[in-house]
Amino acid sequence: MSIVLKNVSYTYGKCGSDCKQALKGINLEIHKGEFLAIVGHTGSGKSTLIQLLNGLERATEGEVYFGGENINAKGFSMKSLRSKVGLVFQYPEHQLFEATVIKDVEFGPRNMGQEPLQAELNSFQALKDVGIGEELLDVSVLALSGGQKRRVAIAGVLAMQPEFLVLDEPMAGLDPAGRKEIFALLKKLHRERGITIVFVSHSMEDVAEYADRVVVMNQGQIVLDGRPRRVFHYEKELQQIGLGVPQATQLAHCLMERGADITQDCLTAEECATAVLKWLGTRQ
Amino acid sequence: MIRDITIGQYYRADSVIHSLDPRVKIVGTLLYIITLFVFSSFAGYAVAAVFFGILVFLSKVPLSYIIRGLKPVFFVLVFTAVLNLFWTPGESFFTWGVINLTWEGLYKAAFIALRLIFLVLGSSLMTFTTTPNQLTDALEKILRPLRYLHVPVHELAMMMSIALRFIPILVEETDKIMKAQAARGADFESGSMIRRLKSMVPILVPLFISAVHRANDLALAMDARCYHGGDGRTKMHPLRYSRQDFVAYAVCICYSLLIFVV
Repeated sequence: MSIVLKNVSYTYGKCGSDCKQALKGINLEIHKGEFLAIVGHTGSGKSTLIQLLNGLERATEGEVYFGGENINAKGFSMKSLRSKVGLVFQYPEHQLFEATVIKDVEFGPRNMGQEPLQAELNSFQALKDVGIGEELLDVSVLALSGGQKRRVAIAGVLAMQPEFLVLDEPMAGLDPAGRKEIFALLKKLHRERGITIVFVSHSMEDVAEYADRVVVMNQGQIVLDGRPRRVFHYEKELQQIGLGVPQATQLAHCLMERGADITQDCLTAEECATAVLKWLGTRQ
Repeated sequence: MIRDITIGQYYRADSVIHSLDPRVKIVGTLLYIITLFVFSSFAGYAVAAVFFGILVFLSKVPLSYIIRGLKPVFFVLVFTAVLNLFWTPGESFFTWGVINLTWEGLYKAAFIALRLIFLVLGSSLMTFTTTPNQLTDALEKILRPLRYLHVPVHELAMMMSIALRFIPILVEETDKIMKAQAARGADFESGSMIRRLKSMVPILVPLFISAVHRANDLALAMDARCYHGGDGRTKMHPLRYSRQDFVAYAVCICYSLLIFVV
């Protein structure tokens, strides 16, 4: 099972009056089991790209395949695609609407045609996964804190039991503790449930720390694609398109420019600390 | 999905009509509407048609755009025409069972239909050439004397412009929520009427919540900038009459007099 985008382009509006090409000739394969980050400047087409993955938007040109099947072919079940590729939008807590937490989480699985009991079980499990305790099941969603609301919203997608979980800036607007929680959750889902994670982020630190593959977008095209360690080699190129590299990487590069003998790539603060200490050790 | 909704249907162009003071346009449209009810012969329509034609030409708005404005009232138009056609007593020219068509009915149907068409076209020309904000500004200024009757004119105008400002924001928001719920398997298109209405709940509840939040934030932001109502408030673009506005008033009055004569 993988998601394949073949030569995909997407244009907003009708050409002739005012159209905007959001994606141009995208070729991308998302394999099962990946932890993939998509980065890019605002307006680079990230959000459009992820909406193509579960058929919310339809590619103007090119094809999208899920498990080898063209998702725009006749007879392809969009519903089952949407349960297999769960999409969590930016600020997902804004879409909560039911009176109680458990009811809201059940909305997805019920729409997918699960039996009431099964839907409740899955919802219960999903809430447990995101760390919402039993005591909150029958609480109004409006009574929750911001971080809790977001986790409930993610549970609402998880309860559909997706194989792919796609998140658009899951950390936006959360405090450091909240970010850590969300990432711990994603990591757990990835490791224990084998769910493929795709997330959009502006934080290079998060990308370096969690992703095992990063796709860099600029003006509707994929410009870099690979392991974070390799992608962050291209510091200049990334800066040219308004992005950067993790601060730890930047620090290592600065030290290298000033003559420090740091050969190792540093992605995280810890790696950087180790490398600097090693270098200091060799100097003595 | 629903991003193509336009309200106010302003058509951007650089024309004499666009640059007129919005007050002139409101008063002119009012006069024009009144005159439509004054004459009782087709000759009056000829004069109105010529006058309207010149205005459209001056406004640089494509005629097809203006005619498209008739679409929403098409049903009402046909309905009134048919009613008049069938239920006007007079000299009949066609009888079939209970159906009795009269010459008077035919005349009246055509007359009323034309009146409606001119009404809609005239007012849509105004909205095509005036931005919603200009309209509220002008209304505020025109209705100003009502302040002495304790009518909160400024507040009403402010509410109107805020409402207009919020339309595109809420449309975008609706679009986002619809997509988010669709990602959770919501289905807005199939099923019975009641099911489809029910499927609106997951959209409307988040939309109301966010609208209330936005309203709160806006109120706070206005407070933070010391907004305290209309007293002593000045405008960035105050409405001032220029020579062309007086000319326009004169033209409108001449036209009205002409109609009264015909």
